[in-house]
Amino acid sequence: MDNIRTGAQILWESLVREGVSTVFGYPGGAILPAYDAMLEYPIRHVLVRHEQGATHMADGYARASGEVGVAIATSGPGATNMVTGIATAMLDSSPMVCITGQVGSKLIGSDAFQETDVTGVTLPITKHNYLVSDVDEVAPTIHEAFYVAKSGRPGPVLVDITKDAQQSSTEFVWDDSPVQLPGYRPELRATEAEYQQAVELINGAKRPVIFSGHGVMLSGAMDLVREFAERANIPIAMTLLGIGSVPALHPLNLGMMGMHGEAWVNQAIQEADLLLAFGMRFDDRVTGNLKTYAPNARKIHIDIDPAEFNKNVLVDVALAGDLSAVLADLLPHVERGDRSDWLSAIGVMKGDSAVRDVQNIPDSGHLYAAHVINDIWRMTDGQAVVVTDVGQHQMWEAQYYHHQEPRSLITSGGLGTMGFALPAAIGAKLSRPDAEVWVVVGDGGFQMTMCELATIAQEKVKINVAIINNGYLGMVRQWQEFFYERRYAATPLLSPDFAKLAEAFGLKSAQVSRRQDVEPTIEMARAHEGAVVIDFRVEQEDTVYPMVPAGADLQAMIRRPSPSPIVETADD
Amino acid sequence: MRHTFVVHVEDKPGVLNRVASLFRRRAFNIESLTVGHTETSGVSRMTIVVDTDANGAKRLEANLYKLVNVLRVTDLTAEAAVVRELTLIRVSADQETRTHIMQLVDTFRAKVVDVAPDSLIIEATGTEEKIDGLMGVLEPYEVLEMVRTGRVAMSRGQQAPVEGPSDETPGEVDDNVSYSV
Repeated sequence: MDNIRTGAQILWESLVREGVSTVFGYPGGAILPAYDAMLEYPIRHVLVRHEQGATHMADGYARASGEVGVAIATSGPGATNMVTGIATAMLDSSPMVCITGQVGSKLIGSDAFQETDVTGVTLPITKHNYLVSDVDEVAPTIHEAFYVAKSGRPGPVLVDITKDAQQSSTEFVWDDSPVQLPGYRPELRATEAEYQQAVELINGAKRPVIFSGHGVMLSGAMDLVREFAERANIPIAMTLLGIGSVPALHPLNLGMMGMHGEAWVNQAIQEADLLLAFGMRFDDRVTGNLKTYAPNARKIHIDIDPAEFNKNVLVDVALAGDLSAVLADLLPHVERGDRSDWLSAIGVMKGDSAVRDVQNIPDSGHLYAAHVINDIWRMTDGQAVVVTDVGQHQMWEAQYYHHQEPRSLITSGGLGTMGFALPAAIGAKLSRPDAEVWVVVGDGGFQMTMCELATIAQEKVKINVAIINNGYLGMVRQWQEFFYERRYAATPLLSPDFAKLAEAFGLKSAQVSRRQDVEPTIEMARAHEGAVVIDFRVEQEDTVYPMVPAGADLQAMIRRPSPSPIVETADD
Repeated sequence: MRHTFVVHVEDKPGVLNRVASLFRRRAFNIESLTVGHTETSGVSRMTIVVDTDANGAKRLEANLYKLVNVLRVTDLTAEAAVVRELTLIRVSADQETRTHIMQLVDTFRAKVVDVAPDSLIIEATGTEEKIDGLMGVLEPYEVLEMVRTGRVAMSRGQQAPVEGPSDETPGEVDDNVSYSV
């Protein structure tokens, strides 16, 4: 029996066998045995400055690569600090395994130092979680956790391991065979009749629109969606998390739908006679008022999670299953279509898209966020991985950075977690070291997790950070402007000098407030070998247009005022 | 309308919490919930009554299946099923009223399971309507205490058995991995 290991060693053995090379974490009492054993294993540990950062990094790691991200923390406050990051991953179906230390099993329930019922706390925000108090269960639980995290609809899984389970020893046995869970059904299959019904609706549709969601990337169905659309000549609208699933410049790609989607996209949805929802969940930010949503359209919903069917929008046909498999089954039955009337009708809605070119707007002396994001897009050839935070800059990024590649926009869509961008970008960069990674973040969200600048410095992570600094919590300010009579309660924001701050962390930095300095500064950042933080001082009271007010009809958008200081559509 | 679900789950610590948490999280109100062992070791059976529409019931079923420890979900609402509830009722009874109450109990095919000088305990099994009816006729005699189990249900005819979590070690429930305390 020379295969005797401690639970702590087994934890790392198991992680290594699951293909883990990088973990994001923060040590503490209850996880110390695991940290001690870590030094013996080929693992890169990234020391974060706050456990929330560890979860966002693991999440960013997963979103950029499709691999399971791993975060590790101690019991009590270490684990509760992970809650926001776990909830973020849950709502956006990101595969993540969180390892937390727990007090010794004899102490559980005694309110011991740094004891929290972490499996209880995270029950509703994990796909599944485990409390392991027996050393023999460490290896099989880790194996199962990875399987649950990445199979079916992915999501975060938490494994809470008591200190005594880490310290005691047993024979290490690694069972690599597929996990058998009697009650777990990661994939389903729709019936022939349902397929038949879908095919009839598709082939008979005159004004169909495909919705390309996050599930397209999770399933790896990008090529199939494109083939489907091209074969039948069906235009594609994207959800925020679906951006990148179809190249932005593809002629059938209309752009983003929903609250800040372009007017023609929402108009096309409202006039459609068939919606084909691929791997998306009809979020309220996508539909607006459900009573008036796509009133003339039949709906086909394809999703791996049947619990999403008829949740928000009642659909005519629901096909359960892995999107790639379902599309592969459907494709041969989809007739080649012309649909040029419908496409040209959308073309009319769209107008002359050249008027949206922010480059053509004369320099008025003001610096707009759209300029900055458009310049980053232009100079990176649309090839960068952009990680955004939440707010106005996030919507501008979605509008002005034209993503050509899948997994190139990483953003917190469902939970809308401020503070996500900076740590998630660290994870993204470490999972794809060859990618050029840009952070686009507001001055508010940046300050929520800016402590991770120290992680960037310590780990020498080359990312570029573009702070869209308008001195406000911009999106909240915009809502106050529209819906609360410009009463700016708690939205003006005093910030430190971000350039000086970054210098204090040992990072290169710049401050830009003039349009002509944007390009050279982006150039400088791209050329510099270390991380660069750029403080873009942009117009303070700029607004994201168009906008569907929360719960309003999709066609009732607040349009760009004309003449707009930045951009306008032809029919504004 | 009221939906009756029979949910087979793995008999592991914390599973009841997971199921209850799902109902709370998705804003479904549980009217009654019973849980107990089944003919298969390692498998528990819940009968859950919830007030929701047909679409809500379908989504609830899909959500229940997403719980890793849930083995099978059956919505018995539209099926032919035997539905029963058990109740214990303590009713005030003196020499004058005792015989009268016992006659009522007979009519309802219920049983008197405890007799005290000033009260009786009645055990009754049946549908909720029957028990409501019994309660109605006992009320004039003053009901002192009452407990109802909530619905248990079983579909009529034959049904495939639910497989346990592990074939080779039936009866062995691992309580070292607790799926949430």
